[in-house]
Amino acid sequence: MKQAKTKVSSDKLMVTHVSLKKVLFGSRDKMGKINLLVYYFIIGGIGFLFLYPVLYMIINSLMAPEDLVDPAVSWVPTSIYFGNYIKAFKTLGFMESFRNSVIMSIVPATLQTMTAALVGYGFARFEFPLKKFWLVVIIATFIIPAQVTVIPRYIMFSNYNMINTPWPNFLPALFGQGMKSAIFILIFFQFFSSYPKSLDEAAQLDGAGKLRVFTTMALPMAKPAIVVSLLFSFVWYWNETSQSSLFFGSVIKTLPMKLGSFADSYKTIYNPNDANVFSAINESISLSGTFLSILPLLIIYFILQKHFVESVERSGITGE
Amino acid sequence: MTIKKRNAVTGYLFISLWIIGFLFFTLYPTIYSMKLSTNELQITVDGILMKFKGLYYFNEAINVDTAFKISLTDTITFIGCATPIIIVFALIIALMLNRKFYGRSFFRGLFFLPVIIFSGPVISELLTEYIVGIDANPVILSFINGLPSMIKKPILFSLQNFIFILWFSGAQILIFLAGLQKIGSEVYEAASIDGASAWEKFWKITLPFMKPFALVNSIYTVMEIANYSYNSVNRKIASHLLEVNRPYSFSAAMSWIYFGVVLGILLLVYLIFRGFGRRDKD
Repeated sequence: MKQAKTKVSSDKLMVTHVSLKKVLFGSRDKMGKINLLVYYFIIGGIGFLFLYPVLYMIINSLMAPEDLVDPAVSWVPTSIYFGNYIKAFKTLGFMESFRNSVIMSIVPATLQTMTAALVGYGFARFEFPLKKFWLVVIIATFIIPAQVTVIPRYIMFSNYNMINTPWPNFLPALFGQGMKSAIFILIFFQFFSSYPKSLDEAAQLDGAGKLRVFTTMALPMAKPAIVVSLLFSFVWYWNETSQSSLFFGSVIKTLPMKLGSFADSYKTIYNPNDANVFSAINESISLSGTFLSILPLLIIYFILQKHFVESVERSGITGE
Repeated sequence: MTIKKRNAVTGYLFISLWIIGFLFFTLYPTIYSMKLSTNELQITVDGILMKFKGLYYFNEAINVDTAFKISLTDTITFIGCATPIIIVFALIIALMLNRKFYGRSFFRGLFFLPVIIFSGPVISELLTEYIVGIDANPVILSFINGLPSMIKKPILFSLQNFIFILWFSGAQILIFLAGLQKIGSEVYEAASIDGASAWEKFWKITLPFMKPFALVNSIYTVMEIANYSYNSVNRKIASHLLEVNRPYSFSAAMSWIYFGVVLGILLLVYLIFRGFGRRDKD
């Protein structure tokens, strides 16, 4: 590369040699063909590791029972068969558990994001005694594992007759103690610390109160952080099963919970006790169930993907 | 009221929601959980009766219940093996995704997939049931089998669960990527003018810059695996939760021991990273 700068004019052979080298191995700002090939090979290979389970799931869920037992069929099914999805759909009680899942994830995600924004703003904008102490406490709450607090929370909620209602899910989120709330508070803290205070002050001179400044000036600007917080909270709440099944699982069943008891529900619905092997539960049916339970997340992800990645970059998720 | 005082009051008003929540949903449960672990509980019609038992349940967990110790070591092995693999892997992927090439957004979407669909039932359904880890070459396998069990166990574990481990790395890739984008291009340009090769630039600029992000990622990874509800300790704790003869207490004692162990691991992570820092300064 250095040669290219110094001896460009001197030797024609040299020039072609250098430019060929440039094309193949690349320059400082552009990757060469060979580099690119190696690049795609590595990244594609690793990417395949991530794609494989999903592909496996989709393909196998479309296999008819005859294909499953046929040793000649391993990857490409002889025909596309949607019967598994119909069975899985019924077994999951899809419409109801989908509704439950949506409510049990959107509401706490929204509450958690609101509180995190408010608290993060408070920490970023105001000086008050013991501020450092509370920040350390926030980080500490991230380290306290859920197993330590889950039993007393359970006892507390049952004292107030809140078990098997949505409240054990909503209340901690509202008060900033939901799933990984600390991370979101820190994201908002980081975000609000990094944008100029003068904007707030200008609004205050116009006579707006502190809370009005927050809702009208700060929040609209925090859009990237809000997107990150909403999406992550939503996904984490959607996928959480261990605590939620303890708190409200016997009454409100979400999709992942239904997936956890998939084999049992299948037996009660289809009662496959007869001699017909094909009516029994098989891999394809449970994979269809798995796919159905993450399908809503996948759809949201593919719609928001571009927006999401940009938001992560702009929200200063990483801090200093 | 002075401006300073008024600021302090407004500040506290803004974070008051969180402070109330912290007292009710975190601090109080934490203290209560300590109490549970040292008391025998009897659930009666009038409520819960407690009888002080001291460290009885801790002793049960450590010395009597052998299964707890096994699941604890399993989980420590899991954390110890997976964390370095995840950090190195996530850094490599982030470095690759940070360069411009055709199809980058597709690959980005692909590598963040675990963040989206990672969940207990789904992942255990997908990975542990139908897909096993890397099939090691028989020669390598016989070599590993010859090693002392202290080394053999983690290596075998990592090989068997390699893909499973990689699926934990979605958020970490994201954090590294966001970190990489903060390194200004002028730093690299200055280094190039001074004649640094890509290799040198990686070791002297990228890696030191990534150190704080690696620390954040390591802590995040340890916590993610430690809180993963399907790891063997968490399953063990959950299974004893509503035991008839010792409700809550035994589980609470086990979760405190577990918490202590996790804290120890976090401290170790911190010390390791501080050690790296020292060597850089010399």
